Amino acid sequence: MSASALLQLLFSGVTVGSIYALTALGFNLIYNATGIINFAQGEFVMLGGMTAAWLAGMGLPLWFSFVVSVALVAALGASFERLCIHPLRSPQILSLIMITIAGSILFRGAAMFLWGKQTVYLKAFSGERPIRFLGAALHPQTLWVLGTALVITICLHLFLRYTLLGKAMRACASNRTAARLTGIPVDRIVLLSFTLSAGIGAAGGVVVTPITLMDYQQGTLLGLKGFSAAVLGGLGNPNGAVAAGLMIGALESLSAGLISSHYKDAVALVALLAVLCFRPEGIWGTTTQR
Amino acid sequence: MFRKGLMLLLTVCLAVSGAYAKKKPYKVGAVFAITGPASWLGEPERNTVQMIAEQVNREGGINGHPLELIIEDTAGDETRTVNAVNKLINKDKVLAIVGPSRSGTTLAVVPIVERAKVPLISCAAAEAIVSPPEKRKWVFKTPQKDSDAVIRIYEHMKKHGITKIAIITGTTGFGAQGRKQLKKYAPKFGIEIVADETYGPRDTDMTPQLTRIKASGAQAVVNWSIVPAQSIVPKNMRQLGMTIPLYQSHGFGNIKYVKAAGEAAEGIIFPCGRLLIAEQLPDDHPQKKVLVEYKRAYEKKFKEPVSTFGGHAYDALWLVINALKEVGPDRAKIRDYIEHVKGFVGTGGIFNFSPEDHNGLTKDAFAILTVKNGKFALLED
Amino acid sequence: MGRGDRIGLGALAGVVALCGFLVDNPYYLGVLTFVGMYVLVATGLSLLMGYAGQISLGHAAFFAVGAYTSGLLTTKAGFQPVPALSIALALAGLLAVLVGLPTLRLRGHYLAMATLGFGEIVHIFLNASVSLTGGPSGFGGIPSLGIGPLSLESPRAWYIATWAFSISALVLTLNLIHSRVGRALRTLHTGEVAASSVGVHVAKYKLYAFVWSALLACLAGSLYAHFVTFVSPSTFGLKESVLFVTMVVVGGISSVWGAVIGAVLLGLLPEVLRGFRDYDILVYGGILLSIMLFAPQGIFGALRGLLRR
Repeated sequence: MSASALLQLLFSGVTVGSIYALTALGFNLIYNATGIINFAQGEFVMLGGMTAAWLAGMGLPLWFSFVVSVALVAALGASFERLCIHPLRSPQILSLIMITIAGSILFRGAAMFLWGKQTVYLKAFSGERPIRFLGAALHPQTLWVLGTALVITICLHLFLRYTLLGKAMRACASNRTAARLTGIPVDRIVLLSFTLSAGIGAAGGVVVTPITLMDYQQGTLLGLKGFSAAVLGGLGNPNGAVAAGLMIGALESLSAGLISSHYKDAVALVALLAVLCFRPEGIWGTTTQR
Repeated sequence: MFRKGLMLLLTVCLAVSGAYAKKKPYKVGAVFAITGPASWLGEPERNTVQMIAEQVNREGGINGHPLELIIEDTAGDETRTVNAVNKLINKDKVLAIVGPSRSGTTLAVVPIVERAKVPLISCAAAEAIVSPPEKRKWVFKTPQKDSDAVIRIYEHMKKHGITKIAIITGTTGFGAQGRKQLKKYAPKFGIEIVADETYGPRDTDMTPQLTRIKASGAQAVVNWSIVPAQSIVPKNMRQLGMTIPLYQSHGFGNIKYVKAAGEAAEGIIFPCGRLLIAEQLPDDHPQKKVLVEYKRAYEKKFKEPVSTFGGHAYDALWLVINALKEVGPDRAKIRDYIEHVKGFVGTGGIFNFSPEDHNGLTKDAFAILTVKNGKFALLED
Repeated sequence: MGRGDRIGLGALAGVVALCGFLVDNPYYLGVLTFVGMYVLVATGLSLLMGYAGQISLGHAAFFAVGAYTSGLLTTKAGFQPVPALSIALALAGLLAVLVGLPTLRLRGHYLAMATLGFGEIVHIFLNASVSLTGGPSGFGGIPSLGIGPLSLESPRAWYIATWAFSISALVLTLNLIHSRVGRALRTLHTGEVAASSVGVHVAKYKLYAFVWSALLACLAGSLYAHFVTFVSPSTFGLKESVLFVTMVVVGGISSVWGAVIGAVLLGLLPEVLRGFRDYDILVYGGILLSIMLFAPQGIFGALRGLLRR
């Protein structure tokens, strides 16, 4: 295999990986605040893409569709938390997870009714003409996806590290009871985490739609891959999630290109399981977190 | 929406009970993947049979008997299909069943209808559905054969001097059947498969596989899959600067996939029934009248472009209605009637059934189409 | 086995027998047969989740091992169904040990991910090894379950046989829970550190529960293959694994009886909801959500709460 073909495989890996990374980011916030995995995260991504494609299809400008879609899905995330997560007085992790599973079924059904079962598409933000580099081609939209992932990661990092709210969120993550005792309004932090996660997921959904196309069922696969990336990177660690997402993407693409496309997903999964065997808390996770 | 649907149902019921109070309705079952991963198949199929039933009942029913359609959703799931077909047979006591949409779900219910002796006209493609004929007494299917699609593609390739090809298929039942037939018929046409790649049904990027194909020296690519990959593969090929011709399967028969692929769809070659280019057919073409009428009626009623999948349900239900018209409400007679239908002009082609052939179509049911200026165009009839 | 368990078993056997007498329609019997298979899987999974405190998002894989091993051996290798089933069970047990040894060390979401990954790998294998499994198209022509010349033909025979398996599995599981192993498992659920400090061999008991749940899922899969006579990978994906877990949680994780209730409910629900047509996905999601909101301990947990009050 030539060097340019190898580079091409890496580019493909980065394209897919950045999609996984963006999905993975949303898992972390909710995990940090509540300790649960939100199985509806993939649906937030799907809803973001579907809403934006719907708005853009009505002739609205792209940036406007983007903003409105993110705002709408964030609001949905907030109401989901208020209506379905918040009312539980003594939440058990498993019941909460089950609620997010039920939520994902509902969101999927709602999307099916709102927009039908067909695949929708969104124009690439800056054209379809591929960027050529040393004989390999990169879809320009990939740069948008990567850029979005990067901006969100940096913002999250700054937010968690330097703002009072962000610090409160981290406090919740390390010990909820202690956080509550020091006067942190834990339930508002949870609300915030759902709002942000949904918004981040939606933003991801909008920027990936030109590459992946979108339909009401696409959220399941994106959620699954995002979850893998979040776990591999160490739950609760946004930087780790991005790195792990890119790693999984690269692994899939390289194994499809070099070994066999029939088993590419299996190769990535085996690698993931192997990592979990040796580092049961993910690559960049810490043992203090569950 | 729900209330509107309920009102509609109520009025339909009232109308039906009023107009046909005297004669007993003929019950026909329909099982389609209306939701789930194959809903892009099930939805146009469901729409089509509903449209036909309304039309038939408006025009006085079948010999005065109203047609009562009982539609069940399979969600593309085998367990649910088994339950649905059992319900239709044992609870609703239908005379015949149209569907299911997918090959897997059809194969799962073949033993049930064989045992219960109920005619089933599947809208799924796999050839195993109707073979071996001695074990498929009660089962028919309307979509054209995968092997015929492959043969049409290979004939076209041969004519254009293509001998080395790459195949890329989705890991669904449909993709796997295509892969099997592509590999089986290649030697007979002197075609060598130099790359054989697959991808998952919901994969979003096929450039790694295409990179391998690019390096393999293939003169053409055949992609055999369902949505959304049918739109992503051409886009990825364009991105990689690949200019060799792309052939796709008859699953490409919906203009929406062309739109989703944008400019990259230009020049795609695929075998397909003649429904999509009905207006371009010469006026003396035997299928033209049926095709144009169905296409116009469907597009007017549902405000969306017609697809060949709805056409399979159209053919299946009309076969049953014609049988009911001739032989009345008797499962065995319906089966015997369909088995001897000759020259039935449907959307998929002209059907000639026989005890050995429960599909009734030949490779002439396919035309070769291409995409020109974002529209389907006839390339070779 | 406690008094409550005995009453429960008696009631269940009574209802099952009554249905066997009264229900005549093959459609209802068919649905109830599938429900019986779900009860098998959920019973085992309940032991794993409720007592050993381990989650598995990969049990569809064991379901698949049962279905495919039985199906392949009987159609392609000329085996009788019962020896084929024994081989399937041995294979599932072995696989459970191999998977369980490294993964059961993991906790919470990491275990969920690992089992999910295992399930997906099996699913990919079923899809990719076309020459063995038929690939995505699957294969059919699997004979019915039987011994020698006797085989299950009528829907009623299938219904009775499946529920006989489910109730026996339930009896065995209840016995297991009230044995030394069960007591050890319960201490384990309360706290692993405490359990190991009083001398419970934590890893060993977790593995027992995992293997037992795998065997029951495998048995159910084998029954499925012989009943439907056709298998394809789409039945054995993540969706199915999540469905199994949902049954256990919705029914109530605190008791095996919860799993039985959950399996019956979720097995019947799609059929009951057929009347809702396209809306069934919304109604289904809505029902799941309301159960978890109003009965976070599951249906059995809520019922028990009401009784105690």
